[in-house]
Amino acid sequence: MDRRSFIQSSAAVLAGGTVPLFPMAAHAADEIVVGSIIDMSGGLDIYGKPMTDCMTLAVEEQNAAGGLLGKKIRLANYDPQSNMQLYAQFAQQSALKDKSTVVMGGITSASREVIRPVLTRNKTLYFYNTQYEGGVCDRNTFCTGVTPGQTVAKLVPYAMKKWGKKVYVVAADYNYGQITSQWVKKFVQENGGSVASIDFFPLDVTNFGPTISKIEQAKPDVIISALVGGAHISFYRQWAAAGLTKKIPLASTTFAGGNEHIVLSAAETDGFLISYNYFQNLDTPQNKAFKDRFYKRFGADYPNITELAMGTYQGFKLWAEGVKKAGSIEREKMIAALESGISIEGPSGKVSLDPETHHCVLNVSIAEVRNKQLNIVETFQQQPPVDTSAVCNLKKNPKDNQQYVIKV
Amino acid sequence: MDLALVVLVQVLYAVASLVIVSAGLAVIFGMMKVINLAHGEFMMLGAYAVIGALELGVNLWIAIFIVAPIAVGLVGVVLERLVIRRLYGRMVDTMLATWGLSLLLVGIVTSLAGNTTAGVSAPLGSFSIGAYSVSGYTLVIIAVAVALALAIRFVLTRTQLGLIARGTMQKPDMANALGISPSRVYSVTFAVGAALSGLAGGLLAPLTGVVPTMGAAFVAKAFITVIGGGPAILAGLLGASTLFGAINQLATFVTTPVLGEVALLVAAIVMLRLLPQGITGRFFKGSL
Repeated sequence: MDRRSFIQSSAAVLAGGTVPLFPMAAHAADEIVVGSIIDMSGGLDIYGKPMTDCMTLAVEEQNAAGGLLGKKIRLANYDPQSNMQLYAQFAQQSALKDKSTVVMGGITSASREVIRPVLTRNKTLYFYNTQYEGGVCDRNTFCTGVTPGQTVAKLVPYAMKKWGKKVYVVAADYNYGQITSQWVKKFVQENGGSVASIDFFPLDVTNFGPTISKIEQAKPDVIISALVGGAHISFYRQWAAAGLTKKIPLASTTFAGGNEHIVLSAAETDGFLISYNYFQNLDTPQNKAFKDRFYKRFGADYPNITELAMGTYQGFKLWAEGVKKAGSIEREKMIAALESGISIEGPSGKVSLDPETHHCVLNVSIAEVRNKQLNIVETFQQQPPVDTSAVCNLKKNPKDNQQYVIKV
Repeated sequence: MDLALVVLVQVLYAVASLVIVSAGLAVIFGMMKVINLAHGEFMMLGAYAVIGALELGVNLWIAIFIVAPIAVGLVGVVLERLVIRRLYGRMVDTMLATWGLSLLLVGIVTSLAGNTTAGVSAPLGSFSIGAYSVSGYTLVIIAVAVALALAIRFVLTRTQLGLIARGTMQKPDMANALGISPSRVYSVTFAVGAALSGLAGGLLAPLTGVVPTMGAAFVAKAFITVIGGGPAILAGLLGASTLFGAINQLATFVTTPVLGEVALLVAAIVMLRLLPQGITGRFFKGSL
C-alpha cells in the first residue's frame, strides 16, 4: 500500500468508517475515471450513438482484461444533447466533480472548441476522436481522427484520375465545409485540375434545384461533396431525381459518415467514392475479431460501424496504451508517454500518435458505394497528418494552444 | 434559352413549395390566429405517415395524397380538443403551447421511429430541357400548388362550409347566435389546417431526408410567408410565395445558396417595413 492510498483509506475510516456514506471517496483509489461527452440525442445523435457504443465496448474490454494499472475503469457518460452550453457544463463536471483522468468526446468542431479550453484550464487530458478539418495544436489535446491532409489528399487525385480534371465542390457552410473545400481546391490544383465553383449550403437548406442546374451549366467531370447532416441528404436525392447520378460522378469526404448510404437507395448512390480511415468490411484479422466482439455485444443486425465509432474505439485504445507505458495516471507522465511514439494495431490497421502534432498516422482507404455497401477499392498505408504538421510542432512549441486555419 | 426555361421551372418550383409549405399555416395562423409553432412538426408527421404507409405496402401516391393529410388531420383534431381550444384569442399563449407540442411531437416520433434519417426516392424520374435535366417530381409540386390554391378558393367562396368558417372566425358570437357551433367549426378548421400541413410533409418526403427534427427547416419560412402575405388568406399566400420564392431562387442562381436565404429574409424585412400589414394589407384589399 503506497502512501497516498494509505491516507485515503485512513480518511475513509476517520470519516466514520461508514463506507456507503462516502462511496466515491472509498472507491476513488481503485478506479480510473474516463469522461465521455458524446451526443446521444438532438441533431447529432445519428453520429453519437455508434460512437458511444464503441466507447462502452472499449471500456468493457479493458476492464475484462484487468483494467489499467490494476484498477478498474469507470466510464462517466454525459449526453450533451447537441447543445453547446451543455458541453461546457459537462466538461466542467468531468474535470472537477468526477476528476476524470481523461475526457473523450465532442463531435462537431464547435463542440470540441467548447470543451478544449475548459479541460486545458483544469489540466485534464482531452481526446477528440472525430474526423475533422485539421489544425488543432494543443499539448493537452489529442486529435486521433483523420484530417483532409489524409483523406482529401488521396480521394481527389483518385477521383480526378478516374473521371477527369474539372471539379465542382458542394460543401456545408461551417468551418468543416469551408476548410475542407479549401483542401479540395489545393489538391485539385496540385493535380493539374480546375475548380469550377465552390458552393456552400447552410445546414438547414433542403432545396438544391438551382445548384443542380448550375452544376449542369458548368459541366464538371466530377462533384466533390462535403455536405453534412439530415437536410443535406436532400442533395443526393434531388441529384438522382434530376437523373444526374449516372451522368456526373460524385466523390465525398462526408458521405456515409451518418449512414447516408443505408438511407438512400442503391440507385441514388451507386458509384459514389468516399475516403475514411475505417470501413466495416476491411479485410484484416484484427477487424474480423473486432466485429465478432462488437456484434456479440450490440447484436448482429447493427446497421454499420462508422468511421467516427471506430475513431472513438481506437482513441481509447491509444490512451490506454499511453497509461500502460506511463505506469501512472498523472497528466504530465501520460502526455510524455503518449508523445513517445506509441501505436496500436487497431481494426483499421496500425495507428500511431505523431508526437509533434498530437494527431495520428494511420491507414486511409477509398471505397465505392455499390448496392448500399461500401466496397474498398484501394488502401494507402500510414498517412501522416500533413495538414496539421505544416503549422504545428508541439515538441518545439509546447505552449502552443490554438486551432490554425491552414493557408492553402 | 434552355437555361431560361430551367430557371423558370426552378422559380415556379420555389414558389410552389412555399405555397405548399405555408398553406396549412395560412389556415391555422392566418385564419384562426393560432400561432402554431408546431407547424413544422405537423409536416414532419405527414412525412412519417408516408414512410409508415410505404412500409405497409401502400402505393406512394395514395400515401402522399390520402394517408398523410388524413393522419395529420386526425392528430390535429385530438390536439385541438386537448390543448388549442382552451387558448383561442390568446395568441401568445398559443405560441407557448404549440412550442411545447412541437417538442413533444419530436420526442414521441424519435422514440417511436428512432432518429436515423428515413426517406423515399422521388418517383417519375427526370426529363430534359435541352442540355439540362429536371426532376419530374418538380412538376408534381407545381401542379399540386396550383390545385391547392384553386381548391382553397373553391372551398372558401363556393361552399357553405367555407362561408361558415370565415364567418365564425370573424364573429364567433354572431355565428353562435345564428345556430352554428363555433367550437365545432374551430375544430374542423384546425383539422383542415393540420391536414394541409400533413400533405405538405408528405409531398416533401421524397425530396428531403425525413428526421424527427426536420420541421425546424420549414417553420420559419412558413411564418415569413403567411405574415408577409397579410390578412387575405389566399391572395396573401400566393403573393408572398411568389415574391419570396422568386427572390430566393433568383438570388441563389445569381449568387450562392447562402445569399439566396439572406435575400429572402432581407426582402421580408424591407417589405414589412414598407407594408406593415403584409402584401394584402394594402393591395388586393378585401380579396380572399
